[in-house]
Amino acid sequence: MSNIPSDLKYAKSHEWLRVSGDTATVGITDHAQAELTDIVFVELPAVGRQVKAGEACAVVESVKTASDIYSPVSGEITAVNAAVVDNPALVNTAPDSDGWFYKIKLSNAAEADALLSPDDYKKQIGG
Amino acid sequence: MLKRTALFSAHQKLGAKLIDFGGWEMPVQYTSITDEHLAVRNAAGIFDISHMGEVTVSGSGAESFLNSVLTNDIRKLVTGDGQYTLMCNEHGTVIDDLYAYKLSVGIYFLIINASRIEPDVAWLQAQAAKFSGELNLSDASHNYAAIAVQGPRVKEFINAVIPGASSSVFKVSAVTDLKKNQIAGFNFENHSVFVSRTGYTGEDGFEIVGGDESIQHLWDKFISIGQPFGLKPAGLGARDTLRTEVCYPLYGHELDEETTPIEAGVGFFVALDKGEFNGRSVLAEQKTNGVKKKLVAFKMTDKSAPPRPHYPIWANGASVGEVVSGTQSPSLNLGIGMGYVPPEFAMPDTKIEIEIRGKRFAAVVVKKPIFKKT
Repeated sequence: MSNIPSDLKYAKSHEWLRVSGDTATVGITDHAQAELTDIVFVELPAVGRQVKAGEACAVVESVKTASDIYSPVSGEITAVNAAVVDNPALVNTAPDSDGWFYKIKLSNAAEADALLSPDDYKKQIGG
Repeated sequence: MLKRTALFSAHQKLGAKLIDFGGWEMPVQYTSITDEHLAVRNAAGIFDISHMGEVTVSGSGAESFLNSVLTNDIRKLVTGDGQYTLMCNEHGTVIDDLYAYKLSVGIYFLIINASRIEPDVAWLQAQAAKFSGELNLSDASHNYAAIAVQGPRVKEFINAVIPGASSSVFKVSAVTDLKKNQIAGFNFENHSVFVSRTGYTGEDGFEIVGGDESIQHLWDKFISIGQPFGLKPAGLGARDTLRTEVCYPLYGHELDEETTPIEAGVGFFVALDKGEFNGRSVLAEQKTNGVKKKLVAFKMTDKSAPPRPHYPIWANGASVGEVVSGTQSPSLNLGIGMGYVPPEFAMPDTKIEIEIRGKRFAAVVVKKPIFKKT
C-alpha cells in the first residue's frame, strides 16, 4: 500500500507538493519510488532557475531507466536537496520527507489548488 | 497480444513487474534489479529463458553444414560439448550469436536468441537448400521451455532438484559433474531434460531445457529447495546488468547486421583456418588489416548519471562513437558500459567522455571484463 500523506497535493505525474506560505517543497511519491525501485542518480535543477508548471526540471534514474520530473507549479527554485544527490537511495526510503528534491517560490499560488487531493491521487493509482 | 512462456503464471504469483520483450510478456524484475543481481553474484538466481529458440540439426552432413554457416570450429566438439559461436552473412556481419551443442554423432542442438528466431531459421533453411549432404533442420523452439540457474551456491543444491546420473548424451554421475560448456540429458519426473553448465551472468550455473510441464515443476522445485541457500527469482533487468558487468554481448547492442565479430572483439570464436564459411573472406581481411570501429568497455570516472545505449562517446574533443550497452553496476556502484570507437581510442586507460543529456562526463576505457570476481 502506497503512503499518501494528507498534508500534500499531488500531480498526475506522481510528484508531490508541500506548501508553506509562498514557497513549496517538491518530491516524488511513495508510489513512484516503488515503481522505479533502485534509484541510482538524481539530477536537480539549478538554484535560481525559473520553471513553469508542467516543465521537466529534474531527472531520476533507476538501474533500468531515466525518468523526467515535472514541476507541479511555476516559480523560482530556491533550494535543492544535496542529500539525494549524495545518496539517491534516500528517495526510495523517505520519498515524502528526507527524499525531497527542491524548494520553489510560487509565482502563482492558485496552481497548487489545481493539483490532486490525496483522495484523488489515491484513486488515480488504484488505491 | 504478447506471447507468454510456460512460466507466466509463476511470474504473476511472485508479483513480477512484466514488460514487453521482443513480443514476449516477460518479468523485468520481481523485487528490485539490484537485489536480484546481487543474489546471483553472492548466492543464486533463477531466470525464465523459455523465450529463447532451439534448432536441431542432424544428418551425416550436419557437422560439415554447421561448420560452413557458423564461425567457430564445430569439429572441436565431442559428444556432450557445447561452444559459443556466431552466424554471419556474406558481409561478415552478425545474424546471431548462439551456443551449439553436440548431442551425438550427427545430431546438433542450437540455442539461439529469442529476438532472432525467425531470421536465424530463415537463413539456415536458405543455406541448407544449397547444401548437398544429408541434412535435417528443425525449428524446435515451440517444443521447449527453459530456465537458467546461476550463482556460486547453485552447485550446493541442484543435485537435490535433479537427482541421479545422466540418462542420455554422455554419462555423468550427477548434474554437478558436468564441466563448463558440457550438456547431458537427465530424467526428471519421467521426462527428459537437457542440462548444460552454461550461463550469461559470469557466475557458475546451469541452463535447463525441457517440455513446458517439466520446466514448470522444475521452477517450483528450484524455488523451494534453493530458498534456504538464498536463491531468488531474477528478471531481465538483472540479466542485463549481470551480463554487462562481464561484457557479454547482447544481439541488437554489441552485435547486429552492421557489425562483424572482429569489431565486437569476439574474434577468438572465429576459426579462420577451418575452411570456408559465410563471411570468412571479410573477417580474414579485418584480422589482417584492422577494423574501423572497435568495441570497448568503459567505466565512468566522474560522478554522473549512468551511461545508456545511444549516448555519444567523445574523445579528443570530438564525438567519435556511441554507447551500445550501459547501466549503473550494482556490484561496483558506478556507471559502466560498452561502446564502439575508432581503434585509436580502444586501448585500455584511454580517457573518453560520455555525453549525457547534453553534458559530457569523464570515463575511461578498461579491459574486459569490467567486473571480475576476486
